[in-house]
Amino acid sequence: MGRPVAIIGSGQTKHGRRFDVTYPELVKEAVDRVFDSTGISPEDIDGVVSGTMPSMMEGVALTHFYFADVLRSVGKPILKTETCGSTGVSLAITGYYWIASGMADLVLVVGSEKMNEGDSQATMTTVVEPFYQRYFISGAPGIFSMQSQQWSVHYGIPEERVRAAATKLSIDHHNDAFDNPYAHIKKKLTEEEVNNARIITYPVRLWDVCPNSDGACAVIFASEKMAKKISKNPAWVKGVGYSGEEYWFGDSDKVVWQCAIDAAKQAYDMAGIKDPRKELDVAEVYNPFTFQELLYYECFGFCDFGKACDETLKGTFAKGGELPCDPSGGTLCTNPIGATGLNRVAEAALQVTNQAGDHQIPGAKLALAHAMGGVDQYNGIMILGSKL
Amino acid sequence: MEKKSEYDILTDKVAIPYEIAAGPTWTRFFEGFRQEKIYGTRCRKCKRVLVPARSFCPRCFVDTDEWIEISQEGSIVSWALTEYEYYGMPTKPPFIGALIRLDGTDSNFLHLIGGFDLSDPEFVRKTVKNGMKVRAVWNKEKKGHIMDIKYFEPVK
Repeated sequence: MGRPVAIIGSGQTKHGRRFDVTYPELVKEAVDRVFDSTGISPEDIDGVVSGTMPSMMEGVALTHFYFADVLRSVGKPILKTETCGSTGVSLAITGYYWIASGMADLVLVVGSEKMNEGDSQATMTTVVEPFYQRYFISGAPGIFSMQSQQWSVHYGIPEERVRAAATKLSIDHHNDAFDNPYAHIKKKLTEEEVNNARIITYPVRLWDVCPNSDGACAVIFASEKMAKKISKNPAWVKGVGYSGEEYWFGDSDKVVWQCAIDAAKQAYDMAGIKDPRKELDVAEVYNPFTFQELLYYECFGFCDFGKACDETLKGTFAKGGELPCDPSGGTLCTNPIGATGLNRVAEAALQVTNQAGDHQIPGAKLALAHAMGGVDQYNGIMILGSKL
Repeated sequence: MEKKSEYDILTDKVAIPYEIAAGPTWTRFFEGFRQEKIYGTRCRKCKRVLVPARSFCPRCFVDTDEWIEISQEGSIVSWALTEYEYYGMPTKPPFIGALIRLDGTDSNFLHLIGGFDLSDPEFVRKTVKNGMKVRAVWNKEKKGHIMDIKYFEPVK
């Protein structure tokens, strides 16, 4: 095991349609905020980690070079990490490794995306195998519709029950987003509006799907020595997990989602967590689709397999429930992809340091942050705690 | 049209032609398509039959040189009806993408379900079921391409 690592501050931009600034200027907004919030100077940083979802999302490749100046990376080692949707958690884990290894004491980690400048689904489809699979995978919605459809049939959950649980998640998260100053889509929705919304990829409808967001997130990771020196209230990394499956979309089981189960197990083992539902106080689960969030509850051991709909409808995972999930509104309301996983990490850090403001879960001491990538073959998790 | 910003917006387009080498395994697999045959390969170690054919088993990491002609019938494992379109989408909506377990194989084959009216999602929902038997329907003209199979249609 490496050295202890802490998060000493984060900076999120205003997320949304950001045609008011260039892409590097958007990244600068997050970087400026993290330096303001921690009070440290860019000169103190030993290394910089930067990442986006496929670089061509905004028509400019090698984005960490595009951002060299705004990242304040001149004269410093810089690493690029890119794992599709899980980029943000991969970035956090890269920063963690760098400090845990003893090779750095302060690392700036930045994720970003400006999805409204291109066509997000057209870009994402270039991730898919070109000879055979690209013709049938209709971007992210097609993949996750297949997955949730197979899941509900496998466990014999009536379609109406799955719809009801997904609708509750959509209404709750879009409402929770009002309490998060950085959230993109905030909306009071009725069951009728969600159930009758336009179909994107059946059974997924408009309000089951995350938006295209522009935004950036910056987080500073610190060694124990530096965290104690600089911060009165650091969030400590208690566990990390990352797991991948085979490349071929049809080779792995979509219902028993092994990489999600394994990533959680790695992180729990490292953090010494035996019963995640009891021990975790809050979870920022990657939920670009309402239906997908239900699968994660099961894969992460928050409830038994096949029981996510029942537990969701009972309010187990809502604010005030046994294990509140995505009190920030989550990815469903804000999805600048390269930043999204890092937003989850930043939100988890805010929660365990009692700085989450209106969406603070009272007394939260242990939080899970998660993101998914690849086509659906990658899952990554970071667990943060209030104590070393 | 709503103005996106008080500042200027630069319009750009990146269009790059590619020549993607198919290699021996894909070449042989798609040669089969020209003769209306679907080929898979069997792993000598784990005995799984993988389709489309692979040059090696991704679990055992051994070369898979045993080629097998695969059944053109199988059953639906999962499906999604697509009702939206993105820039340059190769298949035009509405269409049903599906994972299909071809008979006698151990992996899921991704292709289209078709041969009936897709305009009404409620009709599609009532028609397409997991476990349903489907059969490959070929285009008359073959290009040695994945779209030589037009779609998989329900077996009556």
